Amino acid sequence: MKISFNLIIGIFTVMLLAISCEKTMPLSPVENELLDGPIEGLTIEQQIRFLRGDEAFSDVFTIEKGLGPIFVANQCASCHPGDGKGSPFVRFTRFGQSDTLGNQYLDFGAPQLQHKAIPGFEPEQLPAGATFTNLIAPAVTGLGFLDAVSDADLIALSDPNDIDGDGISGRPHWNNIPDYVELRPNSISKNGKYISRFGKKGAAYDLLHQTSGAYNQDIGITTLFEPFDPFSGLVEDPEVSTQTVNDVVFYLKTLKAPIPRDVNDNDILAGNQIFSQIQCASCHMPTLQTGYSPIEVLSYKVFYPYTDLLLHDMGQGLNDDYTEGFALTSEWRTPPLWGLGLSKDAQGGSYFLMHDGRSLSIQSAILIHGGEAEQSKINYSQLSETEKQQLIKFLESL
Amino acid sequence: MNIFIFRYPRQFLFGILFLVIIGALKAQDTDPLVKRIPIDTSKTLLNMDAVYNRPFLAIKKTPVALGGYLEANSIYSTEDGISEGLSFQARRLTIFMSASITNQIKFLTEIEFEDGTKEIGIEFAALDVTFHPAFIFRGGIIMNPIGAFNQNHDGPKWEFIERPDVAVNLLPATWSNVGFGLYGKTNRGNWIVGYEIYLTNGFDNSIIDNEENKTFLPAAKENEERFEESNSGKALITGKITIQNRNNAEIGFSYMGGVYNKFEEDGLILDKKRRVDIFAIDFNTTIKKTGTYIVGEVAFINVDVPVTFTQQYGTRQWGAFVDVVQPVLKRKILNWNDATFNLAARLDYVDWNVGTFNETNTDIGEELIAITPAISFRPSAQTVFRLNYRYQWQKDILNNPAAKKASWLFGFSTYF
Repeated sequence: MKISFNLIIGIFTVMLLAISCEKTMPLSPVENELLDGPIEGLTIEQQIRFLRGDEAFSDVFTIEKGLGPIFVANQCASCHPGDGKGSPFVRFTRFGQSDTLGNQYLDFGAPQLQHKAIPGFEPEQLPAGATFTNLIAPAVTGLGFLDAVSDADLIALSDPNDIDGDGISGRPHWNNIPDYVELRPNSISKNGKYISRFGKKGAAYDLLHQTSGAYNQDIGITTLFEPFDPFSGLVEDPEVSTQTVNDVVFYLKTLKAPIPRDVNDNDILAGNQIFSQIQCASCHMPTLQTGYSPIEVLSYKVFYPYTDLLLHDMGQGLNDDYTEGFALTSEWRTPPLWGLGLSKDAQGGSYFLMHDGRSLSIQSAILIHGGEAEQSKINYSQLSETEKQQLIKFLESL
Repeated sequence: MNIFIFRYPRQFLFGILFLVIIGALKAQDTDPLVKRIPIDTSKTLLNMDAVYNRPFLAIKKTPVALGGYLEANSIYSTEDGISEGLSFQARRLTIFMSASITNQIKFLTEIEFEDGTKEIGIEFAALDVTFHPAFIFRGGIIMNPIGAFNQNHDGPKWEFIERPDVAVNLLPATWSNVGFGLYGKTNRGNWIVGYEIYLTNGFDNSIIDNEENKTFLPAAKENEERFEESNSGKALITGKITIQNRNNAEIGFSYMGGVYNKFEEDGLILDKKRRVDIFAIDFNTTIKKTGTYIVGEVAFINVDVPVTFTQQYGTRQWGAFVDVVQPVLKRKILNWNDATFNLAARLDYVDWNVGTFNETNTDIGEELIAITPAISFRPSAQTVFRLNYRYQWQKDILNNPAAKKASWLFGFSTYF
């Protein structure tokens, strides 16, 4: 009896020790290895709203909840897994516009091809003769900072006529904007157009514009802002509430900026210098500053996105003969490079870079650059192998 | 389903508990009103007999027997460093009642309350008519004999608090449907062969359109209309053959399949007929020399998903689990004769989406692997206290780095 009693005591002691031992639990990944998470300094109220947006961002749309009937993906997180870049699995196609006169295929389902359909329905087919481009969704981290950069700052960065003669002539995308967006503080207008900055062609004015469009064109969900069903073309009741859309916009605005890693590593420091020396930094601007934002922690902050949010001619190699708004078909908005090194963790362990994921390595992506980036590419090619590795290591640290 | 238990679940629950408690107390009298019928531990039973192979309280001179079990536990989980805190769970309270209407006709029902009264369901309510031991008719709400766990899932029988992933996250255990069929068994020497075959209502479109965002057969359990009508208008066929050697082991081969989608309505064709087909193998054995008990199950699923839908929903799935239970101490402890301590371990694996992406020809993820070491203490065969530690790795569809989750679970499960 005594032995049994001791045994019981022993086992319960082991149990208590085990339960209290946090070492048996998986550790959190290091903060700078994660793309998701809120920016620091949100109020409790804002954190609650962030969580609501996070939940909506991951919400899976079923047929009952309004998916489709034609669609590209069934949740926001499908195209932005872990808030990172999309993969070829959720690559999508836009078509129908090859100049600045607008999309000529709107009656054929343009601008986006909904290439999937719920059972019983047929997905869209690319109309004969329509030009198109394939796209992979970008990471969504740090978007609030990009959104809060003032128009004046973007204009100051631009050099549409290449007055400084460096061969780089970025320009803002002056575009028409939908009537439901709210102009950002101190926005600047030119001939009735405003500077839009989101999307591969920089055609979306702000995150509400981007989000409403994504609900509609990616998932087939109507909202108060985008009420036309992509399948029927008819106005339909909103399939998600305005509050949900606003929560997702708030979530996107308050996702933290990617945190660089190993910033004191000598190779990375050297790579950073090379990045500027070979003129990558002329478009992939390392430092920007926000203006006023109603979200206090976003106001007047210096941040490091490695973009200038401007349109640049990237040459014929990247000209898919498709465009949006008033961008030229060879023009692309400079994508931010922050978080580049973490892309693989969202893309299934491999890189799928450039607008359509065609580049499977950073080097490949560099060598595809052309147009205004032609000289930078040549400069890169002339680097020693060590310098190339240092540059790539730097880019992977972002 | 708008019957008393659903309108007044608590009153029903208390009524049944009252009967059971009175019965249990009376069972301790010298001249008991009720008599405890223990589990039959003879070697003539197969997994298919699990529904009747439970401890019951028989009320004197009546053909009615009552029984049930309760499962409760605490759980402390952390996923990727973020703790979900400590919770207490009343996973399920199950009440079963059986009645022998005549010697050849008997009835049994099993009513389950999950997570308190959050989910209440009739898991089993069937009439068995025995024409011959090899030819027994069963009709009503039956548990489809796919794998073994679906029919043999009582908590007190297992050393683990969580149910096997292949059973509840790949297969839809506990999966009950309305239907009819036959079962029976025969034996020769040390060999027993059993069979079951049923036609029932079945699955629906939710298996390829659900908030799990993957082909997920358990999603069909949400459709309570399956007790009223077949979504596809076609029967789900479930069949199983079991072979047991009394001295060695039992192995079962089961199949379940049928059309799952509503392909026609009001005479209009809505879609082509789409099938789901499931094949499972289950086994169990006890190594006599060491007393080690081994049980496991493997299941393979094929689902016809429209090619124009999304690869998010896989067309092929498979999964398996194996439990190894080693009694390490069996003796009188305190006043419990034959109290037993067991060490056990479970391995779970599920792949919800077997195949490669059309776009990249790379492997589709959506996999889970988990290992669960366990200690259990059984003061009697009908009551088990369990301490489990579960560590799982789960990959998303893209095969991104796995989410790591660990859980400590402590609880009990007992027949009453």
